[in-house]
Amino acid sequence: MSGNLTLRRPISTWWWLRKRTYFVFVMRELSSIFVAWYVLFLLLLVRAIDRSEGAYADFLDWAASPVIVAVNVVAFAFIVLHAVTWFSLTPQALALRVGGRPVPGWLIIAGQYAGLAIVSVLIWWLVNR
Amino acid sequence: MESTIRLSVTRWRPDKSTPPGQQEYEVPLRKEWTVLDGLNHIKDEIDQTLAFRWSCRMGICGSCGMNVNGEPRLTCGAFLSDYAPGPIRVEPLANFPIARDLVVDMSDFMKKLPRMKPWIIRDDDALLDGDGEIDGEYLQTPEELDAYKQFSMCINCMLCYAACPVYGLDPDFVGPAAIALAERYDLDSRDHGARERLDVLIEHEGVWGCTFVGECTRVCPKHVDPAGAIQRYKLKAAQQTVKAFLLPRGMR
Repeated sequence: MSGNLTLRRPISTWWWLRKRTYFVFVMRELSSIFVAWYVLFLLLLVRAIDRSEGAYADFLDWAASPVIVAVNVVAFAFIVLHAVTWFSLTPQALALRVGGRPVPGWLIIAGQYAGLAIVSVLIWWLVNR
Repeated sequence: MESTIRLSVTRWRPDKSTPPGQQEYEVPLRKEWTVLDGLNHIKDEIDQTLAFRWSCRMGICGSCGMNVNGEPRLTCGAFLSDYAPGPIRVEPLANFPIARDLVVDMSDFMKKLPRMKPWIIRDDDALLDGDGEIDGEYLQTPEELDAYKQFSMCINCMLCYAACPVYGLDPDFVGPAAIALAERYDLDSRDHGARERLDVLIEHEGVWGCTFVGECTRVCPKHVDPAGAIQRYKLKAAQQTVKAFLLPRGMR
């Protein structure tokens, strides 16, 4: 029955618009580009600080330009999507057992948000001390 | 007068050169009727030429999987009343070649399955008697059974393959059910074959083909969670690579 008499159906280029879950998946994949952009943005900031006070002031001016602000607003939205979706997927990939008992999924997710909060507070403290 | 619901069913015959098309049938809308009951009504009362697979009618044989309104479903578990007023679009499972009407060709999966070595592999001869025959049984605690039980519930209904866009775009991908089954044997305390299976699954078309869409887990009628199995495999494969890189041979 695997002879020539079967019909393969082509997949539409727009398959990811057919279902909400597919669309969210593609947006999550797309968010990686914005994560990369944030890394680049941070490296440019570090380089400007390393060079001189003038270079840092120039960087701040550039970062405040409407185009860069707009890009960063979009990037922030995608990074939130990236974090939230990956956090919620982690329990599926991570089968943790403590003392022979499986750790419930919600605890793994909560742990990640707690980690995010701790790192955020640490950075806030580093910047403002 | 009994109320009815319209089924729009895919028709295609391999001996005709016409492309697949939808044919509409009117079937009784009864509270206890599923899409499969509707198809059987068509076959018995309206059109004998309609081809589709089914067997147990109770969600265990895994043969009546079809795309119902675009969603892979076991048609024996998809109730007509949940889709009222209709019409209900019934198509062959996505991502597989059509053999005829609602019947798909699953031979690709049948080729992939044995590559996972879905049987218990031993590297000792603890149960072999003097003649080289197996004598006795390997014991297992309830906890050890629980470790893999979920992944052993697969009924090979192929809904996960129909839901997987990676498989649709790249048919060489080993796919959700096969990898979940490999994980089922890896997690079995009686099995020693994890290394052999990893060699197959670590290839590009193995676990790394998966991009974690997660749709396989969502459509699985047996709650097997193939997406979870694949991600755990990725974690294991990555750990193996790191260990091979960092540790001397004896400690791996």
